[in-house]
Amino acid sequence: MPEDLGKMTDLSPEDKERLTLTGLEVEMKNRSGSFFQVDQEIKQWTSLEKGIEVLPIAEALRKYAWLSAYSWNLVQKDKDQYTRFVADQPEPAGFAIIARKGTKTIYPLQACLFLARTPVQHVHNVIIAEEGAELHLISGCASASYKKSGSHIGVSEFYVGRGARITSTMIHNWGEEISVFPRSAARVEEDGVFISNYVCMQPVKKVQMAPFVDLAGRNAIGRFSSVVVCTPGSFMDLGSTARLSAEGASAELVTRAITTGGTIISRGMIEGASRETKGHIECRGLILRDGVIHAIPEIKGNVVDTELSHEAAVGKIARDEIEYLMSRGLDEDVATATIIRGFLDVRIAGLPDALQAQIDAAIDSAEKSGF
Amino acid sequence: MLEIEDLHVKIGEREVLHDINLHIREGETHVLLGPNGSGKTTLLRAIMGFSGLEVTSGTIRFKGKDITRLPIHERAKMGIGMLFQRPPTVSGLKLGKLLAVTSGERAGMVSEYARFLHMENFMDRAINLGFSGGEIKRSEVLQIMVQQPDFVMLDEPESGVDLENITLIGNAIARLLEKDVHIVNRKKSGLVITHTGYILDYLDADFGHVMCDGVFRCHGNPREILKVIKTSGYKECLACQKI
Repeated sequence: MPEDLGKMTDLSPEDKERLTLTGLEVEMKNRSGSFFQVDQEIKQWTSLEKGIEVLPIAEALRKYAWLSAYSWNLVQKDKDQYTRFVADQPEPAGFAIIARKGTKTIYPLQACLFLARTPVQHVHNVIIAEEGAELHLISGCASASYKKSGSHIGVSEFYVGRGARITSTMIHNWGEEISVFPRSAARVEEDGVFISNYVCMQPVKKVQMAPFVDLAGRNAIGRFSSVVVCTPGSFMDLGSTARLSAEGASAELVTRAITTGGTIISRGMIEGASRETKGHIECRGLILRDGVIHAIPEIKGNVVDTELSHEAAVGKIARDEIEYLMSRGLDEDVATATIIRGFLDVRIAGLPDALQAQIDAAIDSAEKSGF
Repeated sequence: MLEIEDLHVKIGEREVLHDINLHIREGETHVLLGPNGSGKTTLLRAIMGFSGLEVTSGTIRFKGKDITRLPIHERAKMGIGMLFQRPPTVSGLKLGKLLAVTSGERAGMVSEYARFLHMENFMDRAINLGFSGGEIKRSEVLQIMVQQPDFVMLDEPESGVDLENITLIGNAIARLLEKDVHIVNRKKSGLVITHTGYILDYLDADFGHVMCDGVFRCHGNPREILKVIKTSGYKECLACQKI
């Protein structure tokens, strides 16, 4: 395994800063493993945790014949033009992470996908947490400061075994002319937990994603949260779908969306397909400057004894809230920023403190630049 | 401390405060009484500088400076604070976060004040979201204690609060208004709206004012006034020709 750590540390200070904003630790502090891909070139991969393997997907497929059953299993190759594009590649890029039975990480693994020169970056990732394993992944996706246009297509398949737990936190820092098409799906077995977080506070041309989780085992839990700020010229079509397939399964989809001039479509869908299941969708949007927030929460119950609910609210900051804080001595700008920061402050149950801190840092950084 | 001269305030097209004159000196606590809808809260909001009302004439002076047109936060920075009767819910914004922003050099006192008001476990809660009546008032008092204004306006601090919490809130407000300091050395002043008068058991108010239909109808000893209102209602005040 090449220990080519110099590659990530050799980035320009500006690009290092861009990566830091996506939650990556260039120096690998408090990280249990790492994967670094620039365009289609895999620069570095390592795992410091016994029982957890981090490998380029092509190498992993060669090494483990059984892995092919997990590849293109949850995401269909012909789902759309983007999945077909990735599937047609002769040599797949991306990573496989396998957490063996009972393995638990204290520190998260980090995956850095960096778009530098090629017009398109594509990745295919397979993440497996076997029975009782616990895996925390932070994916930092960014483009180089000099990269003005391009596309990123990422296919990710998550397998959460019985009693296992995967948290996946994705923080994006693209450019104004970069388009991004993540295609993700997860399957969660009995008593498993899948937590997926998406944060994008920086300009991007287009993001289109609709991750899907099948809560296939009894008492499986799925939580999706998205925290986004959509700047003028940006278009974000974000959605997530959870299927409550087994008794006792529950799902929660939470979105905090702010537009400062861009367009956000926030979709959420929960299907209650088994008894004693629960699901809730919450979408809250703030329109700070003229832009669009289109919330489309959907709930579908197929059986008795499934409890599904949704709430969506789009609006502006209430004047009485601003004046309330002003009466405590904050000027109008600080009062407004404090309310916005609070609005974006989503506490994610079950997320390790280190990852919550990374999400907070990404939001803090956007706050400092005045959103 | 506070001098209000010939103040007229309208909301929309309707004048709701007419020719209000009020002087509150350093160390004094005044009580504002009056039936619902008489304009008491509007007066407090006008002093704080809130939108939704318009001062059409008259002046509000604080510490010798005309603040009639000053923005809310500048009045707060000069030393005016307000405890709201029904503060808004600021969902998402944690109480602890707000106190961290407003406390400044008093940051070290936040935990002590929170302990005093039994609010330690509310620091990570969104402001007023799901709070009971007593919790809202304790949160309000905590914010004011952190702010330490020289002049504090209290809009029905005891409404919706159980007896146990009234004692807690009453003691906190008394501390805020330096009731433990000799009158000669007391610097903090207050203006309190109350309907029940329970809060006066903790505050030893100096002056009382009765407002009806946007005008002051009576000034005097607060306990005497309250006794009359409790016995005969506000009709006695309306009939009174003392002013």
